[in-house]
Amino acid sequence: MKHKHRIGVFKFASCDGCQLSLLDLEDELVALAGAVDIAFFPEMSSNMRSGPYEIGLVEGSVTTHQDAARIHQIRKQCQNLVAIGACATAGGIQALRNWSDTQQWVNQVYAHPEYIQTLSMSTPISGHVPVDFELRGCPVNKYQLLELVSAALAGRKPNIPTYSVCVECKRRGNICIAVAEGVGCLGPATQAGCGALCPTYSRGCYGCFGPAESASSTILAELLIAQGHPSDEVVRAFRSYNACAWPFRQAAEGKGLT
Amino acid sequence: MDQRGYEVLGPTIHDSAISYGPIHAIEDLPEGWTSEQGPGSYRLKRRTDGALFGYATGPKSLKNFLHPSEIKLFTAERTNGTFRILSNDGLAPRRAFLGVRACELAAAGVQDRVLIEDRFKDPIYSQRRAGSIVIAVNCSDPSSVCFCTSMGTGPRAKAGYDLALTEVIDGGTHEFLVEVGSETGADLLAGTEYSEASEELRRKSDEVTARAERSIQRQFENAGVAELLKENFDHPRWDDVASRCLACGNCTMVCPTCFCVTVEDMSDVTGDHAERWRKWDSCFALGFSYIHYGSVRLSTKSRYRQWLTHKLSYWHDQFGESGCVGCGRCIAWCPAGIDLTEEVAALRAAAPAEKTNGGGE
Ligand code: SF4
Ligand code: SF4
Ligand code: SF4
Ligand code: SF4
Ligand code: SF4
Repeated sequence: MKHKHRIGVFKFASCDGCQLSLLDLEDELVALAGAVDIAFFPEMSSNMRSGPYEIGLVEGSVTTHQDAARIHQIRKQCQNLVAIGACATAGGIQALRNWSDTQQWVNQVYAHPEYIQTLSMSTPISGHVPVDFELRGCPVNKYQLLELVSAALAGRKPNIPTYSVCVECKRRGNICIAVAEGVGCLGPATQAGCGALCPTYSRGCYGCFGPAESASSTILAELLIAQGHPSDEVVRAFRSYNACAWPFRQAAEGKGLT
Repeated sequence: MDQRGYEVLGPTIHDSAISYGPIHAIEDLPEGWTSEQGPGSYRLKRRTDGALFGYATGPKSLKNFLHPSEIKLFTAERTNGTFRILSNDGLAPRRAFLGVRACELAAAGVQDRVLIEDRFKDPIYSQRRAGSIVIAVNCSDPSSVCFCTSMGTGPRAKAGYDLALTEVIDGGTHEFLVEVGSETGADLLAGTEYSEASEELRRKSDEVTARAERSIQRQFENAGVAELLKENFDHPRWDDVASRCLACGNCTMVCPTCFCVTVEDMSDVTGDHAERWRKWDSCFALGFSYIHYGSVRLSTKSRYRQWLTHKLSYWHDQFGESGCVGCGRCIAWCPAGIDLTEEVAALRAAAPAEKTNGGGE
């Protein structure tokens, strides 16, 4: 029998939404399950087999000492390690702690803070081990995830564009809400991949796919402020799911709020 | 039109702009609406009269329909060890475009030159183009971004239409002057109720055009611009515009003459099914200039310069005309409000004495 690629899916600090994109594939799931051996995916099956794996999909950021050690073990077992989602690629929404006193938050939030052990920062997987590919999004686009696996199986480069959301938005035939309605939209500075989902429904892009290849985040932040969007709103817009991705971080910090 | 098997696309209010959409009845037209446009801004506005065509172009142009943004080129399948290329989808729908502006007709002419009349004829564009009917409407209300008068393309359609209308509203009368541009147009007109145009209507229609011409504020000095750009490859203005440009690609997407596409292959997880797609590309994308080992145009500066020099300078070398028809879309639909007429004016005003060939970057 032909050898099937073994896939492991690993969770770090996250909401599970990206792993769920795999299960959410529905129509394609049967074909996927037939084409690969999903050897380790606790969310799907309690039959968890040990490595090595040809492809490791890692969701979530590193926020504890245990996880900081565990990611090294996983790296050793995976021929190709792919970070999936904003948490794994940029630290996620939980990276907002990176601008504050984590211990103080722990004391405020938990009845028994003495039981909580956590790192002061939430960091992406690439901050700890070399990563072969980063798939963006909060959550990732399930078709991009499928494309990534299909490309790995075919031995080709995945077709994951890095240009702006605007390109997808225009190809889709949307009327630009930034220009026609004055809506604050992060699309020009955000990487494509979602199919311009939010602008299609008349919402400004939230930047959940992180910075586009041309890191124009700072220019966009300044532009939005010049157009009358309050600067604290602009800072918050860049400081969400991908707050710690460098161009977004720069855009927000440049506005004088740290 | 329906009876003749044509889908009619014309101006409709679509979200917050007047843009091409299906037209089934007069009620679908944007009666009493206009657009107010400026750099990086477009707003729908009410008019005081009942004009049906009292607006300037929106973000979409004929390009959206004749040169589709995404199209599957073919599907391939592997069954029992054989590889087969499956036939394409059927013919594209036949379409009649209503409300086409003079600048858009000129832009379609530019695309014809590139996609039909050049060495390689694009079957997708050619077939769609040949199957289209064009009903132009001469502009009565140019917007502040229009500069067709500088480019010699508008505001009145000169050629390339099947029928051209001029909307004349005068006091209590609301009439259309119809000009026939082709046999198809004559044939279409024959199927409608019309009467011979009076001298007065012709005069009023000329007035509409004269008024439109006078209302165009934006000026662009087209003469010599091809040389100007070639001679100013290292002008500091490129750094200046790069500090404002988001490299988002909107300008190329909305430009009715930009034709660049990328071809993408995909295979599914089984490896038995593959597709090849063609999609609009943009010279603002990093991958656009990717050759072995990496991209040539890394900086936003080099990409903005590519866009502007291709449009206004190299286009002449390639296709014997300008790649710009003065429609102003790239000005209005640039989220940063970057205005090519202003950029060129700045290059012209302060052309530095020192001239070099400069490096890539
Ligand atoms: S709506 Fe947003 S994503 Fe779409 S083109 Fe405008 S700025 Fe870009
Ligand atoms: S550029 Fe000229 S032809 Fe085009 S919409 Fe404006 S006035 Fe009309
Ligand atoms: S360059 Fe701008 S003004 Fe010229 S044709 Fe293209 S979109 Fe219109
Ligand atoms: S300006 Fe750019 S996108 Fe437009 S035709 Fe030229 S190279 Fe292509
Ligand atoms: S000129 Fe404007 S529309 Fe074009 S890439 Fe730059 S910011 Fe985007």
